[in-house]
Amino acid sequence: MNLLQVNEVTHSYGNRTFFKWQNRSKKVLSDISFSIEEGTCLGMLGTSGAGKSTLGKVILGLEKPKHGQILFQGHDIYTVDKYTRQKIRRDLQVVFQDSYSAVNPRMTAERIIAEPLENYEKLTLAEQKRTVIELLEKVGLGEKDLKKYPHQFSGGQLQRINIARAVSLKPKLIVLDESVSSLDMVTQTLILELLRELKEDFGLSYFFITHDIKAACMISDTLGVLEKGELIEHYNSKNEFFTSENPVVKEMRGSILAEHPRFRSIRTKSNYI
Amino acid sequence: MGTDKSKVLQVRDLHVQIKAKNGITTLVQDINFELKPGEILGLIGESGCGKTVTSMSILQLLNRKETTIEGSIMLKGQELNGLAEKEMRKIRGKDIAFIMQNPMNAFTPVFTIGHQFVETIRSHTSLNKKQATELAIESMKQVNLPDPDKLLKYYPFQLSGGMLQRVMIAIAASLHPAVIIADEPTTALDVNNQKNVLRHLDKIRSEYGSAILLISHDLGVVSEMADEVAVMQHGKIVEKAGVFQLFDSPKHEYTKKLLNARPTLYLEEPMTNLI
Amino acid sequence: MITSIRTIFKNEKVIPICSTILGILFIIAILAPWITPNDPIAVNLAYKLQPPSWNFPLGTDHLGRCNLSRILYGARISLGFAILIFISSLAIGLIIGTFSGYKGGWVDHVLMRFCDAVMAFPSLILVLGLVGIFGPGLSQVILALMLVQWVYYARMFRGMALSLKEQNFIPAAKISGSSQWKIIKNHIIPNVLPPLVVMGTLEMGWAIMDISAMSFLGLGVQSPTPEWGAMIHEGKSYIRTNPELMLYPGLSIMLVIVTFNLLGEALSERYGVKRRF
Repeated sequence: MNLLQVNEVTHSYGNRTFFKWQNRSKKVLSDISFSIEEGTCLGMLGTSGAGKSTLGKVILGLEKPKHGQILFQGHDIYTVDKYTRQKIRRDLQVVFQDSYSAVNPRMTAERIIAEPLENYEKLTLAEQKRTVIELLEKVGLGEKDLKKYPHQFSGGQLQRINIARAVSLKPKLIVLDESVSSLDMVTQTLILELLRELKEDFGLSYFFITHDIKAACMISDTLGVLEKGELIEHYNSKNEFFTSENPVVKEMRGSILAEHPRFRSIRTKSNYI
Repeated sequence: MGTDKSKVLQVRDLHVQIKAKNGITTLVQDINFELKPGEILGLIGESGCGKTVTSMSILQLLNRKETTIEGSIMLKGQELNGLAEKEMRKIRGKDIAFIMQNPMNAFTPVFTIGHQFVETIRSHTSLNKKQATELAIESMKQVNLPDPDKLLKYYPFQLSGGMLQRVMIAIAASLHPAVIIADEPTTALDVNNQKNVLRHLDKIRSEYGSAILLISHDLGVVSEMADEVAVMQHGKIVEKAGVFQLFDSPKHEYTKKLLNARPTLYLEEPMTNLI
Repeated sequence: MITSIRTIFKNEKVIPICSTILGILFIIAILAPWITPNDPIAVNLAYKLQPPSWNFPLGTDHLGRCNLSRILYGARISLGFAILIFISSLAIGLIIGTFSGYKGGWVDHVLMRFCDAVMAFPSLILVLGLVGIFGPGLSQVILALMLVQWVYYARMFRGMALSLKEQNFIPAAKISGSSQWKIIKNHIIPNVLPPLVVMGTLEMGWAIMDISAMSFLGLGVQSPTPEWGAMIHEGKSYIRTNPELMLYPGLSIMLVIVTFNLLGEALSERYGVKRRF
């Protein structure tokens, strides 16, 4: 049984007016099916507007799709009873793109990370504090950051706190929705390294949504390509992505910027000078 | 070496300080670089290192009450530092163009693209409305924007980020400026649009000989585009070299750290030839 | 030499000065029973309409009661009940508003249409109507004011809750396993309250006005209870001969409201909070 099974998911945003004929619904996802095995990371590529974030929300249980199922550990997350739903919840976590908007600006780092622990584990205050400190150290921060507020952290540090919160319950699957896209390059690489490490240590699986191919390749085992709401390709290895003949994928590969100036492809000779 | 005419922009000993409640803080210091026509200087560094302050001080857009700018900024032989605002306004847009990071913020939401484009052209030239509109359409064709005449009637919120960025490049290029300052022009865009935007910048460079100050935190952008690279850290330029030299033999510790911090693809076999 | 009006507001000293004045007023209100020279409701027609003297520092009114004592006791009612109305309507508005904003859907629609209906009436008219139903009296006025005020707060809190919902930390809290009420309590309410503290000072001024207005109309406090609005009402027959009967309570009301308003303006200037209107 796969950890996550997505079956024929279709979703559209309708205009819920009182007049039925004004149905200006926009199809966002069409007939998407794929699976993620335990311990692997699926990188979902696609341009903005392709429907990646919507897919992320659907998988997280935040938006019920118009058709299709999301099976997590065999349970259909939208039809199970409340009790099972709460149980599944702890194994399915998220790290959003905007690190600042993902935290309550009036809570200290300690409270932010402790929230999932409060909901699921019955720890004493001392035990909880100790666990939070361990988590902070795991993501590269420390005890001194316990009582600080979000505005006192940089974007990269705040994202580490978001990651600490996401792994606090040792979940099975984490949805990473463009989690590094708004960070500068150096920080991006550091955070991706951290995510790789955590994946090894805790045996996590990731659903990594991004438009950045380099970032996806750094952390993914398999790759998927979403275009205008359709899953046009699903590769079981990164090699397949780089050898594929699909024109959309070829165009994507061509948009990767050079690693070294000798590979540059944009500069032309100036005919002015 | 060489007369001043061969360098279209010369920045010497630029030193910017800001007055805060608890004293004077130095934002950037000892900034020296120059731009030759048709060349691209890449300015790279982490967020907060002073890249934007440098570009703002060239454009004289910093708050004159709070900031002090020392040093020389010569554009085609004319000193910009301390220039009267009236004179500076003639230069901005015509001799130096600016392309911002977030295209959505560069436009007023209540006027159409066409209105803003034409207004910019007419404030720097003596063209009438019809001629300015033609120039605008021509510029937009240069950046491969489809149906430029229809596009002029759209409002900024109706266009995607990629298209707005291209409109901004079209506006920047329309008056054939000698210098273009592009501040993180690709950061807010999809990877698919990034290469297109850089291509357009290169086209302007090669056709009109504009010099480009390309500011970015992305080494990929720099390795694709730059002739020379200046690395900034904590308000200072720590290394400046030709792009090949910088990538092959970086000298400063910070440059080495930046080059090592590039994402590695972790592919199963070496596949660098495909990238 | 002459500072402009704007700089008075931006002057750092406004906040401490106003807070001190209000602090003193509150202390006076609390200590009223011990510091008044005479019994505020003791009627003695022999002493009626006397000018200021040692026994009666501000003179007496038409029934021989000490003006100063009545003013001091009046402070208790005006200030005390203004706070009561403010806090209770705030609490009701907070709970209903944040719940409505968070839930959305038809719950939100129904509650907000109800608020719209109430807000369609000028608030004072509505209060008059309710007092007409309940009958005159201080507790009836307070109840009426509470019932009318909360809808404004509810609307405001609902708007703030709506914009908070767009932030990612709300779905993040859901994914962390927090229940609906836990989210409202820990995430929404702490983020909507701070601007309120600032607005509260401005609202207090209004609450005092409303109580005084009702009492002036004879609908709130009943004699012989001293209350500033009621005192103006009683004093209006003597406006030609003894204008001080209206002046003392009038000036008191003005002092309190102006102080609250100055403080509120300075605070919102300082903390960048938008006002209700």
